[in-house]
Amino acid sequence: MEIPVLENLEVVYKKPETLTDTPFHYCPGCGHGVAHRVLMEVIDELGIQEETIGVAPVGCSVFAYHYMNIDMQQAAHGRASAAATGIKRVLPEKYVFSYQGDGDLAAIGTAETIHTVNRGENILMVFINNAIYGMTGGQMAPTSLCGQVTSTTPYGRDPAKIGFPLKITELIAQLPGAYFVARHAVHTPNAVRKLKKALRSAFEYQKLNKGTCFIEIVSNCPSGWKLSPLESQKWIEENMFPMYPLGDIKVPGKNITAPSTENN
Amino acid sequence: MIRGTVFIASDICKGCELCIAACPQHSLSLSRQINPKGYKYAELINDECTGCINCALVCPDAAITVYRQAKVKKAV
Ligand SMILES: Cc1ncc(C[n+]2csc(CCOP(=O)(O)OP(=O)(O)O)c2C)c(N)n1
Ligand code: SF4
Ligand code: SF4
Ligand code: SF4
Ligand SMILES: [Mg+2]
Repeated sequence: MEIPVLENLEVVYKKPETLTDTPFHYCPGCGHGVAHRVLMEVIDELGIQEETIGVAPVGCSVFAYHYMNIDMQQAAHGRASAAATGIKRVLPEKYVFSYQGDGDLAAIGTAETIHTVNRGENILMVFINNAIYGMTGGQMAPTSLCGQVTSTTPYGRDPAKIGFPLKITELIAQLPGAYFVARHAVHTPNAVRKLKKALRSAFEYQKLNKGTCFIEIVSNCPSGWKLSPLESQKWIEENMFPMYPLGDIKVPGKNITAPSTENN
Repeated sequence: MIRGTVFIASDICKGCELCIAACPQHSLSLSRQINPKGYKYAELINDECTGCINCALVCPDAAITVYRQAKVKKAV
């Protein structure tokens, strides 16, 4: 993309080089776009475009490889971490990550998720939790909140009938194979800055060969939630964060801590 | 002299307004016109921009480039 050169002004922020010029197909205000961009910024800054391999999921981000200008593979629904395992084992010197939604990672792919982390596969798993199946029309996900209205829970999720929101990130943090586990968001500039720092650490840890890094990103789905992008940001703060508080969950060298409730 | 400015790719912008809410200087607003995709797009509406990059950080479509006044090198 051509960006203008302005006299006496220097560019302090521009789209990362590792993002292609293909416009995102995502709905207006969708957090997938921010998550893609920040991930590619980190790869740019670490200078590892040539050495990174991503695995795209099934879900709205199925076409992630149209946007991320790195080597990528698309996996069957839920199997991204299994595919990433194979790639990393064959090419251990590469940086490998999976990028998965909540339906992909925490429903159909639950077994792959748990066993990938339990084996301590030396990859990064990026988990986009928008508490819904965005791609297929807003059905309930395992991470949907109690009372949340979705197309398959028109009267709100009733935990007595269909169970409680699954905090899969806290669950996998218990496993010895998990090296670094954190939950972040993309709804404010500060949240984006913190996410970027965590992603950077996760890629750096991958060189140490110590186990799985897992970063959950609490995101939105304005279309599935039937809210405007701005309303969806407010809904995240009021409803998602009490259930999915932001912060580090497992930090190398420290015992498991409860995530902080600091949500900016 | 302005401290900073932004260039917004109006053909990519989807008018989500997240940048507008993130701007501490209230420098952004939605256009009256629509772009080829059918969205109103974000525009700079005053000279108060400081080049803080907040808008670019939250833009889901990577549509924003931010500029800041170049630091004038002092003569030694
Ligand atoms: C084996 C299989 N089962 C079901 C589907 C239908 N399907 C496509 S995407 C999806 C869920 C996507 O939700 P999520 O992973 O949360 O991604 P999002 O779109 O919300 O980002 C489902 C169930 C499929 N493609 N393949
Ligand atoms: S359906 Fe939801 S998750 Fe999918 S692109 Fe639209 S807003 Fe994003
Ligand atoms: S750079 Fe900062 S001040 Fe300028 S428009 Fe963006 S958010 Fe507003
Ligand atoms: S955040 Fe990006 S896509 Fe949304 S209105 Fe602003 S420039 Fe347009
Ligand atoms: Mg989802």
